[in-house]
Amino acid sequence: MQELEIVAPRRRRLVLPHGGALGGTLLSLVLLVLFNLVATPHFTSLQTLYVNLTQVTTIVIVAVGMTMVIATGGIDLSVGSLMAISGALAPLIFAGKLLGIGPGPLADGLAFVLPVLVAMGFGCFNGWLVARFRIQPIVATLVLFIAGRGIAQVMTNGNLQAFHNAAFHTLGLGRVLGVPIQVWLMATVVGIATWVIARTLYGRQLLAVGGNEAAARLAGLPVGRIKILVYAVSGLLSGIAGLIVIAINSSSDANLVGLGMELDAIAAVAVGGTALTGGRASIIGTLLGALIIQLLRYTLLSHGIPDAAALVVKAAVILVAVYIQQVRRAP
Amino acid sequence: MSISGTSLADTIAVGPSRHAALLQRQGVVVALVLLILFGAWRYDDFLGLYNVMSVLRYNSMFALVALGMGFVIMTGGIDLSVGATAALASVVSAGVSDVGLGAGLAAGIAAGLAIGLINGLAIAWARLPAFVTTLATMLAARGLALLISGNQSVSVSWETSFTDLGGGDFLGFPIPAWIAGIAFVLGAVLLNFTGFGRAVLAIGGNEEAARLMGLPVARTKVLVYGLTGALAGLAGVILAAQFGAGQPTEGQGWELFAIAAVVVGGTLLTGGMGSVGFTLAGAMLLGLIFNILNFENGKGDFTLSAYWQSVIRGAFLLLVVLLQNRLARRPS
Repeated sequence: MQELEIVAPRRRRLVLPHGGALGGTLLSLVLLVLFNLVATPHFTSLQTLYVNLTQVTTIVIVAVGMTMVIATGGIDLSVGSLMAISGALAPLIFAGKLLGIGPGPLADGLAFVLPVLVAMGFGCFNGWLVARFRIQPIVATLVLFIAGRGIAQVMTNGNLQAFHNAAFHTLGLGRVLGVPIQVWLMATVVGIATWVIARTLYGRQLLAVGGNEAAARLAGLPVGRIKILVYAVSGLLSGIAGLIVIAINSSSDANLVGLGMELDAIAAVAVGGTALTGGRASIIGTLLGALIIQLLRYTLLSHGIPDAAALVVKAAVILVAVYIQQVRRAP
Repeated sequence: MSISGTSLADTIAVGPSRHAALLQRQGVVVALVLLILFGAWRYDDFLGLYNVMSVLRYNSMFALVALGMGFVIMTGGIDLSVGATAALASVVSAGVSDVGLGAGLAAGIAAGLAIGLINGLAIAWARLPAFVTTLATMLAARGLALLISGNQSVSVSWETSFTDLGGGDFLGFPIPAWIAGIAFVLGAVLLNFTGFGRAVLAIGGNEEAARLMGLPVARTKVLVYGLTGALAGLAGVILAAQFGAGQPTEGQGWELFAIAAVVVGGTLLTGGMGSVGFTLAGAMLLGLIFNILNFENGKGDFTLSAYWQSVIRGAFLLLVVLLQNRLARRPS
């Protein structure tokens, strides 16, 4: 069925490559919203909506990259560490400590661009290990998972960098048309990724590599380049997410930025219905998956259930979601 | 003495030649010996009794977790929940430590075993992917640890002998090192001389073939994850006894440390082959790097902050993996 989709792609099919699964995810989200409408006071306020959305943006942005990596049959454990690197670099740049450029628009601009490029470079490195040396993705990205946070900590000596910077303040708290800027950013990332997967050659190649790598290689696809690019994209998105986190906090702590993000992102992908075996990618599913996990946590918290119990519930939801997908896929 | 298990594929030299495979595993021992020689040459007290004993004492719990992870990886699986399981076990054992050493030990191991069995049942019977299953139980174990402890560390009883499990000595060796040593010997026997061990390697080599051969695939997998959970629980008990408190937030990143130790020990993540002894060498290698950094800082020629530790560990993992890759792909 997968091969069929690649040979003769129907326009809508690749957006919803596994039909009912996305419906199930959507249904769970709707049920969760309905429950809150009835049971949670003050749920129908814009405030609530934005609180939930801003808390989920970084997870969604990273999880989009993770979805694409997983679609190629890989995994990226380094995302949280790359967030820490990008988050540690930006304040060093706009404060002039790294490049010696005094505070100003130029320094601010570089503080947005360079950290993201550096994270993307590290992503390329991941991809290079996977593609060139055929190292299993979990081991290849484990290297930067371990070393990456260390690099961020060494750069900042492990100190918290608190800052006041107008540009980052805007990214963290600014709004356009009443909607937080980060939410616009998230929507843009989701939109572009959905389009790439559904409508571009690269999207097809991505799924082909994940579906059957040997076949993709025999069909003449540049498998190595496709893989390097996908890890680079994951690194780039992690870099952006790192900047958002420090912008929201007005401070950067290399010990904490992005900690545990790899697991949050993988959980969102799994709940969203993208199989970890590769060959499939549902960006919208991942978005819904992240929203479900976030809304669940919000629901439990607003009913006075402690965060620790919410972890247990989150675990149960992940298992149930994966189990349902498993049953659905079984012939 | 060779404590290594080899799969059928390994013996008839399909893929990497037998020599390359041997080198691939011996690499870690060579690196370990070089690192020890370097330390002994550069630092006065490196091979002193105090340092050797404290390295053994404080790395035992990591070694136990790595031992379990080695078994899981040999079946072609993975267990991300070990760190959180250890944290849960540390809280549970600290909570009952006033009853006595035995009760604390049993409760901690039982807590770990329970999480491990849940993993095993979900993976073997419900056929859920190991990565996602153990990711979920990792969250659940962490949540349970925080719930039971009320978000704070649970101090252990100093009235009973419970803390001996962390700080005590027996015949001049630290008790945690005895525990880890015995566990590794049992692990090596289990892997190399029992039907269970052969089933573990067969499943990792080719699960479908193992099933067709009539091996108890599901039961073996449940046992492997249960064993790994129990070992993580044991590590958690030692953690509580060493810190004097159950630590609900400890153990983060242990799973990846354990995976790194197993990989450095030459076990392929694809399963089907592996060695208990070299996993121990891998864990000791990663632990020694930290020890050497401490000595280097003490020497004062130049100062490396503790943060360099993870950078160097990561670089080391990269080096070993690239080296393995070269050896494994060299034509025979």
